[in-house]
Amino acid sequence: MVGIPTLIQLVLVWIPTLASIVLSFFKWDGLGLSGFHFNGLVNYNFVFNQAPQFWPAVLHNIVWLLFLGIIGTPLGLLLAVLLDSKIRGSRVYQTVFFMPVMLSLALIGIIWELMYSQNNGLINNVLGTAGTPGAIDWYGNSNVNLFAALVAATWRHAGYIMVLYLAGLKGVDPAIKEAASLDGANGRQTFFRIVFPAMAATNIIIVVITVIESLRAFDIVYVINHGQNGLELLSVLIVEYLVGETQVIGIGSAFAVVLLVISLVPIVIYLSRTFRNQE
Amino acid sequence: MTTTTTTTRQAARTAKASVGTAKKIKNGPAIWGAYAFLTVAAILWLIPLLWAVYTSLRPKADTDRLGYFSVGGSYGFSNYVNAWTQGGFLTYFGNSVIITIATVALTLLFASMMAFAVSRYSWRFNVTLLIAFTAGNLLPPQVLATPIFELFKLIQLPYAISDSGSLLNQLVGVILANTGFQIGFCTFVLSNFMKAIPQELGEAARVDGAGVWTQYTRVIMPLTRPALAALGTLEVIFIYNDYFWPLILIQSGNRLPITTAINNLQGEFLSNYNLLSAGAVITVIPTLVIYLALQRQFVAGLTLGANKG
Repeated sequence: MVGIPTLIQLVLVWIPTLASIVLSFFKWDGLGLSGFHFNGLVNYNFVFNQAPQFWPAVLHNIVWLLFLGIIGTPLGLLLAVLLDSKIRGSRVYQTVFFMPVMLSLALIGIIWELMYSQNNGLINNVLGTAGTPGAIDWYGNSNVNLFAALVAATWRHAGYIMVLYLAGLKGVDPAIKEAASLDGANGRQTFFRIVFPAMAATNIIIVVITVIESLRAFDIVYVINHGQNGLELLSVLIVEYLVGETQVIGIGSAFAVVLLVISLVPIVIYLSRTFRNQE
Repeated sequence: MTTTTTTTRQAARTAKASVGTAKKIKNGPAIWGAYAFLTVAAILWLIPLLWAVYTSLRPKADTDRLGYFSVGGSYGFSNYVNAWTQGGFLTYFGNSVIITIATVALTLLFASMMAFAVSRYSWRFNVTLLIAFTAGNLLPPQVLATPIFELFKLIQLPYAISDSGSLLNQLVGVILANTGFQIGFCTFVLSNFMKAIPQELGEAARVDGAGVWTQYTRVIMPLTRPALAALGTLEVIFIYNDYFWPLILIQSGNRLPITTAINNLQGEFLSNYNLLSAGAVITVIPTLVIYLALQRQFVAGLTLGANKG
């Protein structure tokens, strides 16, 4: 009963993760189990010092995290707080904001292309720049395309966060809110000093989700332009060295290990909080 | 007795109502601000989808003549018919259905077994296993992609089973990768749910002579049904929306599920936004149907995963 699930987990998750680490120190053609050559830190040297896309990718992942952390997640919280109050039609609003959460990020990339297209997109037409030389190519211009992708990603992210916070807010004892307002706290004080701290468990999960979503970001930029020209991300680099024309397994694995090490930070924080009381 | 209760309830209701009114009057402008913000936000939220639907209903001849940002010309479903026939949607949907159903069934089966074992029996490695399972699902899938790709490539299968001679370019490969990746999350959620089922139920069954399997199938699984329904709905959407594993593991276009095949449509319908938007809307429809029918389950699944722990 424990055996099969554990075996699946081992073979399809944990051994591949360890294999990524091992492969990052080797040169391998992937053609058979014989062609391994120990390569020391050569792959890492390439990743950190020579791969032209590495540092841009790191920067873009950081921008991704900051954008979701400063705009996407707080927007979701704001929607949840507004919809949790006694507002008429709360269900309808919730349905609207939650709709994009059902869509794949790949599809979201396509739907927003219809908004962003240089001459035929809705945005440039509303701005009146469509068809003029001043029309911005939102997906093509490397100065803005990261933010264009992030707006589209936020369209989905905010609804997701909203739902999680709506559940979190329902878990807050109304009595402490009442007590706060009896003590003369206004709405804002009650929220920031009482309600928000009371949702500590939800807050942690949302921080972890925001960080992990930023590290996992892949689909939307891959649909837009295969993650090039301003949309490089760590996840894209791994795939590029895996399925690209210049397949170099060792280097792709070194990129994967970098992403793994960064990902372990939020994962360890989350796990140690979640399982602290169970040992 | 009844009267007292009713009166108390009525009193409570009146009190509540008066508090509500008092609050509303006090927060008058704030409430209107909230309505204004929410309404503007909701309209902005709907625009991308409505724009896609609007574009999809207009023939290319009309938008070429009038521009996409215009009203007029004819409206109809011709783009949908063309997208459906040219895009090969039937094949893609078929692949999506196979991958989704198989993955969700396998994931829920194995995850429920695992969750049953770690939540109903005290065993030394319970917490360690649960941590390992949960952590696995939190990794970015790209971290595992290279070794899984190579593993699937190196596994030799008879050509009678696999026309590629390996697990690459096979729906089974995608199903396996997805199952492996989703089991961790489902085990975590289900084990939290099963922990809340009173231990006495298991003990009672044991006293009656029920073995481990009987307890699992007859006692615990029926009680876990609400969690399975919520989680199942969530997983159906997750897997249907999965873009990554087929991208890596499938090479033939006609074996792709719809979400990954979108990429090809984008190339095929290049600069024909009417067809592209129709294709996008067709792809949205199954998720939207599930959403409208099972919204409660879906939201329950999401929050089930996030609120425990």
